[in-house]
Amino acid sequence: MRSRRLAPYWLSAPALLVYAAFLFVPMGAIVLISFQHFEFYGGIQPGFTLKNYAEVFGDGYYWEIFGRTFWIALVVTAACAILGTFEAIVLNRMANPWKGLFLMIVLGPLLISVVVRTLGWALLFGSTGLVNKGLALLGIEPVQFMYANIGVIVALTHVLVPFVVISVWASLQRIDPAVERAAVSLGAGRAAVLRRVIVPLAMPGILSGSVIVFALAASAFATPAIIGGRRLKVIATAAYDEFLNTLNWPLGASLAVLLLIVNIVVLQASNRMMERRYKAVFNEGGP
Amino acid sequence: MIRNGWLSLAFHAAFIAFIAAPLAIVCAVAFTPLGYISLPTSGISLRWFAAVADNPRFINAFWLSLALGLVSSAVATVLAVPAALAIARHRFPGRAAISGFLLSPLMIPHIVLGVAFLRYFSQIGINGTFASLAAAHVIVILPFALRLVLAAATGLDPAVERAAVSLGAPSFTVFRRVTLPLILPGIVSGWLLAFITSFDELTVSVFVSNPSTTTLPVRMFLQIQDTIDPMVAAVSALLIAATVLVMLLLDRLVGLERLFVGKGQQR
Amino acid sequence: MAHLVLDRLTKRYADTAAVDQVSLAIAAGEFVSLLGPSGCGKTTTLQMIAGFVEPTGGAVRLDGRDLLGVPAAKRGLGVVFQNYALFPHLTVAENVAFGLDMRKVPRIESRQRVDDVLALVGLVGMAGRYPVQMSGGQQQRVALARALVIRPALLLLDEPLSNLDAKLREEMQIELRRIQRATGITTLMVTHDQAEALALSDRVVVMQAGRIEQDAAPHEAYEHPASGFVCDFLGKANLFTVEGVDDARMAIGPLRIAVPESLASHARAGARVLVRPEKIAFGPPGEDHLSAVVKSRVFQGNHWLYQLDTPLGSVLVIRQNDGGLRPDEGEAVHLCWRAQDMRAVP
Repeated sequence: MRSRRLAPYWLSAPALLVYAAFLFVPMGAIVLISFQHFEFYGGIQPGFTLKNYAEVFGDGYYWEIFGRTFWIALVVTAACAILGTFEAIVLNRMANPWKGLFLMIVLGPLLISVVVRTLGWALLFGSTGLVNKGLALLGIEPVQFMYANIGVIVALTHVLVPFVVISVWASLQRIDPAVERAAVSLGAGRAAVLRRVIVPLAMPGILSGSVIVFALAASAFATPAIIGGRRLKVIATAAYDEFLNTLNWPLGASLAVLLLIVNIVVLQASNRMMERRYKAVFNEGGP
Repeated sequence: MIRNGWLSLAFHAAFIAFIAAPLAIVCAVAFTPLGYISLPTSGISLRWFAAVADNPRFINAFWLSLALGLVSSAVATVLAVPAALAIARHRFPGRAAISGFLLSPLMIPHIVLGVAFLRYFSQIGINGTFASLAAAHVIVILPFALRLVLAAATGLDPAVERAAVSLGAPSFTVFRRVTLPLILPGIVSGWLLAFITSFDELTVSVFVSNPSTTTLPVRMFLQIQDTIDPMVAAVSALLIAATVLVMLLLDRLVGLERLFVGKGQQR
Repeated sequence: MAHLVLDRLTKRYADTAAVDQVSLAIAAGEFVSLLGPSGCGKTTTLQMIAGFVEPTGGAVRLDGRDLLGVPAAKRGLGVVFQNYALFPHLTVAENVAFGLDMRKVPRIESRQRVDDVLALVGLVGMAGRYPVQMSGGQQQRVALARALVIRPALLLLDEPLSNLDAKLREEMQIELRRIQRATGITTLMVTHDQAEALALSDRVVVMQAGRIEQDAAPHEAYEHPASGFVCDFLGKANLFTVEGVDDARMAIGPLRIAVPESLASHARAGARVLVRPEKIAFGPPGEDHLSAVVKSRVFQGNHWLYQLDTPLGSVLVIRQNDGGLRPDEGEAVHLCWRAQDMRAVP
C-alpha cells in the first residue's frame, strides 16, 4: 500500500523536474541578477546591490513608463469589462446556431498569433488609414492612433476582450434560467432584469475576467511594440530595450521583477477578495 | 428567455465588426496587386503569396515553428497526462501546491519568462538552440495542456475504473482500456491547444531565439518593425486560414466552448 | 363572471399541438389543478397564461380583460417556479421585496409587507439569510412569499412540490392549502401527482395530449371518471368489459351481476365499467363473486395492495390494514363488490 500512496508523486515527478530545471532556476536567476551591478565594459559584476531598483524608482523616465503602462492597462480593462460583458450577455440570449457561430468568431482570434492581430490594427491605423476614413464619414476629425496611447489601447482591447467574454460567459451559464423569468413575472422590465439580476450574478465572472485582462495588458509586449513604436515605451518594451539594446541585463531584470510583483499582487489580492465576497452568496470560492 | 432587442443586436453587430476588422484588412491587403500596402481595389493578385513561397527566411521560420510546436506540445502533453491523473485522482499532501506550481506559468508575464530564459540559457551556454527554445515553450504551454487533461480526468467517474478492477483487470490494463480512452478527447484537445499556443508564441521566443532559430511569429515581428509590406500580410492571411481550419476541427472534437470555458453542451 | 377564462387556447409547434383548444373558467378564490402526465400540455398552458410562451390561437381573459396583449412583466401574476428560481445573490427579504421594488413601493411599506408575508408562510426570522443557506422546503416558502407579497390577481404554481421528499411534501401540501384559504387568492397549480391534485384542489382538470379530458371536483372526477384515461390516471382502476345484458343482469366473464340503477342506461354489450380497488372485498363463493388467486401482495403501511389473477385478468385490490382477512400469496379467494360501486366508463 506504500506504493499506492507514493503514486501521485511518481506521476507528477517528470513535470516537476522539468519545471524545477527550466522554471524555478531561471526565475531565481533573474531575481538574482536584478540585484547585481552592470558595467558597460565589464558585464555583470558579482555582489549584491539595490542600485538597479534605485535607478528605476529614482528616474522620472521610468515613472513615466510605469504610469503609461498602468494607465493603458486600466483603460483597456475598463473597455474590455464593459464591451465583453455586454457581448457575453447578448450571445447568451441568442438561439443556436447563431450562438455557437458567434462564440467561435469572438473566441477564435485567441488562437491567432498576437502579431497577426496587431498587424491588422497597424494596417487600419497607419498604412491604409481606414479607421480615420471611417471617422471622417461620421464627421469626426482624424485621430492619431499609430504611435499613440489610444492606438495601443484600442488594439489591446481587441486582443484581450475575449478573456472577459469567456469569464462572463462561464458565470452566465451558472445562472438558473428561471431566475430571469421570475424577475419578469414580478414586473421587472429589461433594464431592471439586467441591472438587478443578470449583472450582479455575472459579477464574479466580470471581475475575474477584468483581473486577467489587467495583468495581461500591463505586461503586454508585442502590441505596444508595434503600435506604440520606439518612443512610446511600456514596461515590457523597456525591459526588451535593456536586454537586447543597452545590454544592461540587471536593470532589465529589475523591471521584469517589478512587473512580476505587480502581477502576483493583483492576482492574489483579487482572488482573496472574491473568495470572501462571494462565499456567503454562492457557497463557493467564486466563478 | 428574454430575446435580444434591436439595440442589443446593433451593439453585437458593431462588436463583431470590431473583432473581424483587423483580420479582414490583413486578408484584404494580402491580395493586393500593387507593390505596397494597399487594398485590392484594382483587382486581386496572388503575387504576394508567391513572394512568400520564394522567401527562404519565412519558409524556414515556418518549418521551425512547426517542428518546435510538434516537439514542445508532445513533450508538454506527455508530462501533463500523468500529472493530471495524479492531481485528479488522488488526495495527497502537497496536491494544491503541485497543482498551483504546474499552473504557475499562467501567472507569470511572458516578458518575465522571456528574460529569465535568456539569462539562464546564456549562462549555461545553450541560448538560441532548438532545444532551449523547445524547453522554454514546454514551460509556457504545459499549463494549457494540463488544464484540459485535468478537466477530462476530473470528469472521469471513478466507479468506472472500480468496475474494471472488480472484473479482474490489472492496473495497467485499466489505464489502457478504460482510463485512457475516456480521457483521450481531453488529451487530444490539450495537445492541440498546446501546439497552437507554441506556434503563435512571440514574447518569450523573441528573447530566446537567434538568427538561426527564428520562429515564424518572431520573423514576422522583426519584419514589421522594419517595414510593413504586403508579404507579411500574406503570411498572416495564410495563418488566419490555417487557424480557422484548426478551429473547426477543435469545435468538432471538443467544442470551442468546452475548450475555453471549461463547460459546454454535451457532445 | 369567472375570474380567469381560457378560451380555446392553443399552442402548435410544427405539426403537433402541445395545447389544443383548451377552454377553462376559474372562479375567484378557486384552487384548480392542471393534472396530467409529462407532455400533456399543462406546463405550456401555464406558461401561456404567465406570458412566457406566445399562444398560436385562442384567448386568455382575467376579469374580462384580455391578457394576451399584455407583456409578461405587466401581467401582475404571482408565479412560483418548479425549482423556485430564487435570486441567489439576494437575501430572503430582498428576494421577497423584489416585486415591490419593481412597483416602487416605498421602503417602510415594503418592509412591513415583507414581514407580514414571511409570517404568513412561516419564515419569521429568516429575512437575512441567503437562499443557498436554506433547505428545499424553506426555499419553496420564500418563492411562495415572493409571489404572494405583490397581491397578484392570480397565483400560478408550476409543480411546486415535486422537488421535496415525501414527508415534507405532505406537510407543504397542508401549508399550501392553508395559505391559499387564508389569502383567498385564485390559484392554478400544475402537477403530475394525482394524489396532490386530489388533496389540494377545488377542481381538477385532467389533461392528455394537449386536451382536457375532464374538469370536475376531485371526488367527482375520481368516482365518475369521464374516460378510460382519467380513471386510470386518478388512483388505481380495474376496468371490465360487459359482454351482454340478460334479464337485468350483466354478464362480465363468469360473473352475473344485477344491473344497478346508476348503470341502467350504460349497461350493454361492449360497455366498460370501473371498480376501484378499495371497493373490492374478500368474500364467499357466489355467481356474482369472482374467483381469484393472490399473485402478490405489498404492505403499504395503512393498507395492503393485492394483485390477483382472475378469469377477467389481473385485478388490484386494496384492503385497510384493520386486522381482517389477509390472504397469502398463492391463496385462492373470492372477490366481491357492491353493484352500485361500479362506474360507467365511456
